[in-house]
This record gives sequence, structure tokens and C-alpha cells, in this order.
Amino acid sequence: MKKILYVLTVLLTTTVAAQSPKAKSGVFALTNATLETVANGTIANGTLIINKGKIEALGTNVAVPAGAQVIDCKGLRVYPGMIDGGTGIGLLEIGQIPQATDQRETGDIIPQMKALTAINPNSVVIPVTRVSGVTTVITRPEGGLLPGQAALVNMHGYTPDQMFAGFEGVVLNFPNTGKRGFFDRRTEDEIKRDSEKALKQLNDVWEKTIQYHKLDSASQGKGVSYYPELQALLPVARGEKTLMIEANAAKDIQAALKWVAERKIKKVILTGAAEGWRVASEIAKANLPVVTGPVIAIPTRDYDRYDQAYANAGALRKAGVKVALRTLQTENARNLPYHAGYAAAFGLGKEEALKAVTLAPAEIFGVAKTLGSLEVGKHATLFVCDGDPFETKTQVKHVFIEGWQIPMTSRQTELYDEFLNREPGVSKN
Amino acid sequence: MKKIIFLICLLGALRGQAQERGTVLIKGGTVLTVTKGTLENTDVLIKDGKISQIAKGIAAPAGVRVIDATGLFVMPGIIDAHSHIALDAINEGTNAITPEVHVADAINPFEVDIYRALAGGCTISHAMHGSANSIGGQCQTIKHRYGVFDGEQLIMQGAARTIKFALGENPTGHGRRDGVQPQTRMGVEFVIRQAFSEGKEYMEAWDKYNKAKLAKGFRGAPPAYSLRLETLADILKGNIIIHCHSYRADEINMLMNVCRDFGIKRLVFQHTNEGFKVAPELAKFGAMASVFADWWAYKLEVYYSTAYNAAILAKNGVVTSINSDSPDLIRHLYHEAGKTQKYGNLSDDEALAMITINAAKQLGIENRVGSLEVGKDGDVAIFKGHPLSVYGIPHVTLVDGIVRFERDKDPADMRLMVDPKETIDIPTIHKATTHNHENCMQNMEWLLNVKMFGLNR
Repeated sequence: MKKILYVLTVLLTTTVAAQSPKAKSGVFALTNATLETVANGTIANGTLIINKGKIEALGTNVAVPAGAQVIDCKGLRVYPGMIDGGTGIGLLEIGQIPQATDQRETGDIIPQMKALTAINPNSVVIPVTRVSGVTTVITRPEGGLLPGQAALVNMHGYTPDQMFAGFEGVVLNFPNTGKRGFFDRRTEDEIKRDSEKALKQLNDVWEKTIQYHKLDSASQGKGVSYYPELQALLPVARGEKTLMIEANAAKDIQAALKWVAERKIKKVILTGAAEGWRVASEIAKANLPVVTGPVIAIPTRDYDRYDQAYANAGALRKAGVKVALRTLQTENARNLPYHAGYAAAFGLGKEEALKAVTLAPAEIFGVAKTLGSLEVGKHATLFVCDGDPFETKTQVKHVFIEGWQIPMTSRQTELYDEFLNREPGVSKN
Repeated sequence: MKKIIFLICLLGALRGQAQERGTVLIKGGTVLTVTKGTLENTDVLIKDGKISQIAKGIAAPAGVRVIDATGLFVMPGIIDAHSHIALDAINEGTNAITPEVHVADAINPFEVDIYRALAGGCTISHAMHGSANSIGGQCQTIKHRYGVFDGEQLIMQGAARTIKFALGENPTGHGRRDGVQPQTRMGVEFVIRQAFSEGKEYMEAWDKYNKAKLAKGFRGAPPAYSLRLETLADILKGNIIIHCHSYRADEINMLMNVCRDFGIKRLVFQHTNEGFKVAPELAKFGAMASVFADWWAYKLEVYYSTAYNAAILAKNGVVTSINSDSPDLIRHLYHEAGKTQKYGNLSDDEALAMITINAAKQLGIENRVGSLEVGKDGDVAIFKGHPLSVYGIPHVTLVDGIVRFERDKDPADMRLMVDPKETIDIPTIHKATTHNHENCMQNMEWLLNVKMFGLNR
């Protein structure tokens, strides 16, 4: 019997070892740590208790519960998980292969398309992202005027529902009067025509939404027929759901601010805002929060100062705008801390930059009850590292997402382990 | 408009003439020589464009500008081994084999990207032909002497000759478009072997002729001249360094085998995303690798990548550099190099070598640039904050002892030429949730999946 048990144990162990490691749950005590709470300053030599997925306690005078797994964090710092305000994670696996991308549905007005439904929880990008301390991201659809709904997801879970972090927003690509990149060969007239047409489309659909809202209200939801686009926009018109308006050229930002004000839309986030620095005070006056980035980018115009993109977040903050950052990346959303570092160096400052990837996005996306800072009762979504998290020298040592201890491996670390000292080397013998 | 013309004239006057060489004393900085350690509170004297002295307490020669580098970091000008800035054309792409073309014929000194590279401490870039075909055109190592109006003056005289090769998806995609070889990695090997074989025949025919014509009473005609074949012959003779766009381990291995068969030794792989898988083979061959710090997943052949690539290559003895292939990344190669400390714990000197001396070796210019040593060119980047820190900011960049970038003094608008047709109110918004593609496919956009670019609206 013993033998059989032994064989079984060996077999089971072998099987488990052959798979990717799993996340672990339980009670954890991070001791001797520098706790960077973001909300309430820094706690030196502190302890943080993780239990039932939440931060149960934190401070300098916290008892370690019996049976807790103790992680000695001497010389290490604990931060709330970083939040990337705009990626394609889960929708975009391999850029140039259409079969491996689910980011662009066809159609100009399709706000009913939900990113959350198509997010692949097994994307190779997810472990790559989270081991860098980026625990939570907005995944957004791309494409036409109203390409669908973005979702905030944690970088852990086996179904989109398990990953969901409590926010969905309707994306509006505000009619764009700029070029989309060097490949955009449209003439000035063509660009103008396209943006005017898009604005007309947008106004039409919004008018219809308002009519739909009136009909729906008058009939208590009974007198309207199936109309998926308008049903998706209805909660936006009623101020129950957020509209994420992407606008980047200064002119477009101004037009978007005017458009929102005229329609008195309640929940709005301005995204992109690459030229936000040109109209920062107007954005501040409109009281719209901004998710801006990529920070590490080239200026939008040849005649702008070389570091204008780096300095944009700082300029917006200085004008009084609430700012969160995004990479607008997928496979390299792991670089969010470096975008924050550049923003910090070029005017935002370290403290505000840290906020811009933690508490500010949590507040902007309405999930500050659970995310964005180290506070009792919030989700234990955090990471532990050995230095300034924005520095490339710093190593992330531990990651927890909703209390789950995340394995610190990804395909990229596995390849490192396999190939650093390859066997066989040049000779097979 | 008058103002602009005035500005152009002023810039012309200030920035001076071709290959201008400066004399300047950089005082009291932390000098990161890269090859000979870090020297605290040390001065660097550049005389007529060359580093003439590195020591403490150098007295400034009369009339020479002194740059106070107290509290600053002084490092060799950054070298980008893979770039496409300052070029009006990148891909010839009319045939699988086009070694006869040379990017030096398409240099554009007016691109503001050159200035922006300087603002990132980058003084030299390898202006490369694109990757649309298996054997592309010849490349040009340029110095970022932003301010000159003649493209010729950007050329780094005396730099080694280099040529672009390309393996994998780009040349095979090009073949599929034209319905010609290569359309597979098998075809890529064949067209390269065929080209080398024809180049060899040509070389032998000329050698035979040149030898025969020395004989008295020789009668006969020379072989027909072909710049294409002559360039291939120059590769076989070792006069040109191959810089090969590559991703997968198998194709990297393939080209090493081909080169071995033809006796070619000067081989640098570009991108080399799966170089880490054949690092021992690369080291044995003596081939070098120029890589991205962390780009991956934008196409199938880079899906199985790792950001630890540079560290694995370096630790296996492969001379490795970090490149940009991008007008954005070229501005922060110091940050890209810093990523090798996250992914593989490289030392400061190892990380800095990736963007200086190693890149210089790959371009065959390591005797001239790539480290701060007496006798080398006065190409220097001065940083506030350590260059490997995310908070490090380049403040002054010099090429041949001439200040070409100065953060505190330069105006925001640094264009040299204003296109009167340019509509200044139309910005370019670079918006994509992935790297669009490698920039070496510029001029070839139609070949790629247009869906990515959002043109399917």
C-alpha cells in the first residue's frame, strides 16, 4: 500500500511539475516591508496581511495570524498593482495574423461589442505582463466610431468573468482630424471629409439614442424593439455607464469637450489626449479625467519640442486634470512602469506618476473601493519589488492578484531558464 | 515665412560646414568610458573633433568652451546599429537580390528625427536598407551632424561597408506578392546561395582576366561589368559586413552555414529574436547580434521571443547590441539598454556596451567610436542622472566635438526646412495597441495586413 501511495505521489508530483505553476491562495503575511500605500504615505518596516483575497490588515503593529505563510520582505517594497489604462491584452495575440486578433469588429457603430467576451484568459501575454507588477489593465476594442466596450480586467483568472475587475466603458473614437501615422496617405481634404462624415454619424446616433431613451422610459422598457446599438448606448445617455472618448489632436479634444458639454453627458473619460498639453486648462475646466499615453512616444508634430510626449502627463496634471496613464500596448504593457518613469522625469514627478498608474485609474474607472492603493478591505492586488518600480534595475519579487499568489514565471522567463546554458551546446555529445 | 528663412540662415551659420570639428572641454563629470571603467570628477578634452585627453583638472585652452559637467554623467555617443532615419527611400524590393543599390543615394539631412536622436544622446546610426528582399541594398553609417544641408555630410567617412540581408516572413511575403522565389525559407537559402555562386563566378572571371592581361601580347575582352555581381564579390572577399534581418533560430543557423560554405566571416544578425536559441552556434561562428530590448509578438516569427535574449547572447559570448529600428526608440536607447538589467542582471558596463562599443564593433568602427578613449572621435552624450536610470535625461550631445543638441538652449522647433505645402494643423497621431511592424518594411505597407492600421474603416 505504501509503495502504491509512493508511486502515486511520484506520478502526481511529476504531472504537476510538467505543467505551468498555478497561483496559490491562502493567508499571507508580508513582513518587514516598506509599504507604499499610495493613499496614506509610506509605512516603514510594516506588515501586510492578505486573507480571503483582501488586505486584512497593514501597519507597523500587526500580528501575523497563526498559519499564515510569512514572506519576509526585508529590503523590499510593496506597492498596489499597477493599472494600465489602455491595452489590447487578450484580444490581440499576434499583431500581423488576422486569426490571432479580435480587436476590430467590422462596422462603424457597434457599441454593443464587448471586449470582455473575447478576452483570452490564456493569452501568453498575461503572465508576461503581470510578473512586471502590472496587475490590471483596460482592454479596448479598436476600429470605427463606436467600436465597442472596453473592460477592466485583472491579469489572473481562467474565464473573462474571473478576470473582470468591475468596469466597462463604451469607447468613442471621436472624429479625428489628424493623420493616423506615416502610412496615412489621405489628403487634407479627405481627412476633413472623413471627420465631418463621422461627426454627422455620431450626432445622428446620439439623437436616436435620446429618442430611444425617451421611448424606453415612457413605456417602462416595453415599447421599444430590439436595437442593440441603441441599447448599448442607453446607459451612457442615462449617466449609468462611462463613455471613453478617444481624442488626440488639440482641435479634436476641444470639439469633444464641446460635444460632451452640449449633450450634458454625465460619465465621461477622455482618453489619448496626445495634444492635451495644448488645451490643458480647457480639459481641467471641463472637469474630465484623462487616461493618456503612450508616454514614451514621438511628438505629434515635427515642430514640437522633442520631449513633448514625455511631458504631456505632467502638463495636464499641472493644469489640474486628473491623470491616469496607459501604454496603448499589448505585448509590452509590461513597460507601464517605464512610461510612468518618463512622465515622472519630464514634469509629473514620482509621487504623481505612481498615482497615475494606481489610485488615479482606480478612481477614474470607479473601482477605488477595491483597487489602487494598499488599504484595509481593498483587494490584495499588489506587488513586491526590490527598489523603485519605475527603474529598469528593479526586480519584481512577488505579485498578488485578489489575494492569489501569482507564479513569477512566463514563457519569457521559461525560455531564459532553458537557453541561458543550453544543453546540448554546440556539440551534441 | 521671413522668420523661417531667417531661422534657416541662422541655423546654417551657427551649425557651420561639413565635417566641422570642434574643440571643447567637458569638466568635472562622472565619465563612463564603457571600456575603461568609470572615472569620477574627470575632465574630457576634445581637440579638433578628437578626444585628446581624459584626466582630472585639465586646464582649459584659451578660447575653448568649457561645459560644466559637475554632477552629470559623460558617456560615449550612443550608436544605433539598426535605423532608417535620415533616409528618403528604404526598400528597393524590385528583385530578390539588389545589392547594387545604396541608401547613401537617398540620405535626407532635413529629417527632424536626426535631431530627436541627438536629444537621446545618439550620435551615430546605421542607416539601413529595408528587409523586403533576401539581399537588399548597401547601408550607410551616418553621424548625426544635424544642421548640415547636404546629405553627403552626414556620411561617416571611413566607416566599414555594410549590406542588408533579410530572412523569413518579409522576403517570402515579397516573393508571394510577385509570384517569384523566395516564398519559403527554403527559397531564401537558395536565392542567397545562387547569388553568392554567381558572385563567385564573376569574381573568378575578373581575377582570371586581370591576371591574364598582365601577360605580354594579351588579347581579349574583360568580363561584362555588373555592379550587382561586383558587390556580391566584395562580400565574398570580406570587404562588406553582412547585416541580416532575421528572427527564427533555424534561419539564423542557415545563413551561418551558407556563409561558412562561401568563406564569409563578417556577419551580424539584426533583430535576431531567436538568437538566444542558437547562442552557442553564433559564438562559435563569431557572428554578432543586434537585437530589440523587448519587442515581440507583432508577427508569428517573433512570438516565441524573450526579453532575456540580449543577456543570454552576451553571457554566451556573442557581441550583442540593442538597436532601435524606430524613430521613437532611437531617442531612448539608453533606456532600452537598461532593460538588460531587468532581464538578465547585466552590469552597467555590459548594458552600456550594448549601445556603444558593441554596436561600433558590428559596424566596423570600434577604433573610432563607441568608448571614451584618447584618440577616438569626440562623440559624447552628457546626462543628468545615470543614463541607465529611467530618470536620466540627456542634456548635451556632441558630434566631433561640436554641440549638436543642448536641452537648455535649443528652441522647441528644430526643423531645418519647412515644407510650404505642409498643413501645420494636422498632427500625426501614432495610435496602435501593438508595434505596427518593423520599420524596415517602410515603403512596403501595402504588403502587410492593412487591417492593423485601421484603414478598414
